[in-house]
Amino acid sequence: MPCAIDREAVQRLLDSGAQLVEVLPAENYEDEHLPGALNIPLKQLNRETADQLDRGRPVSVYCWDDQ
Amino acid sequence: MSARAAWRLETLGFTDVYDYVHGMADWGAAGLPREGLAASRPSAGDAAEPDAPTCTLADDLRSVRERVRRSGWSLCVVVVNEQRIVLGRLGRQALAADDRRTVEQAMSEGPSTVRPNVDLAELLERLEQKKLAAAIVTTSDGKLVGVVRPDRAAQLPA
Repeated sequence: MPCAIDREAVQRLLDSGAQLVEVLPAENYEDEHLPGALNIPLKQLNRETADQLDRGRPVSVYCWDDQ
Repeated sequence: MSARAAWRLETLGFTDVYDYVHGMADWGAAGLPREGLAASRPSAGDAAEPDAPTCTLADDLRSVRERVRRSGWSLCVVVVNEQRIVLGRLGRQALAADDRRTVEQAMSEGPSTVRPNVDLAELLERLEQKKLAAAIVTTSDGKLVGVVRPDRAAQLPA
């Protein structure tokens, strides 16, 4: 079950080598994203696109906010 | 949206998945570094002057007035607590008020603030429309980042 986290937890995860994925559309990502984040829009999240991620490391996803 | 993405990753074989639920809006509002086109445009955080005069509820108006005079600022004083959380604002009139009043009595409660990731050009336009001389910039936690003065901010490279 995915774990909901806050900003401080994201920073701790990043410090420990976690992967960060923005799931908003590409134009949003190009405008603004967290440092080091990859972009895999939700509509394109599938087995093929997920293969660019390391299954052995933690992954945190995010979008604009919780709405 | 991110919750669904997190669940989808689990179905794709990921076992250590997290959902930063407050996302980009929360990150930017905290004044943390960003990448991308918007990050390269000046923001309120870039223009916020961190040395804007501050005071606490316990200060007396006379000493605050003297501090402001020495600082060269004349617009406003931000009232903060020990953690630099913004509690109020002393405008010009309040600063000139009767010395027997305390900062707490003289200040305006809960002043309007903006987040550091607000686009500077939009902020300056808003200040001009509302005829405001300054904007207080805080993180989403309410901590003072600084004060934007339009005349100074306009000198920043676009």
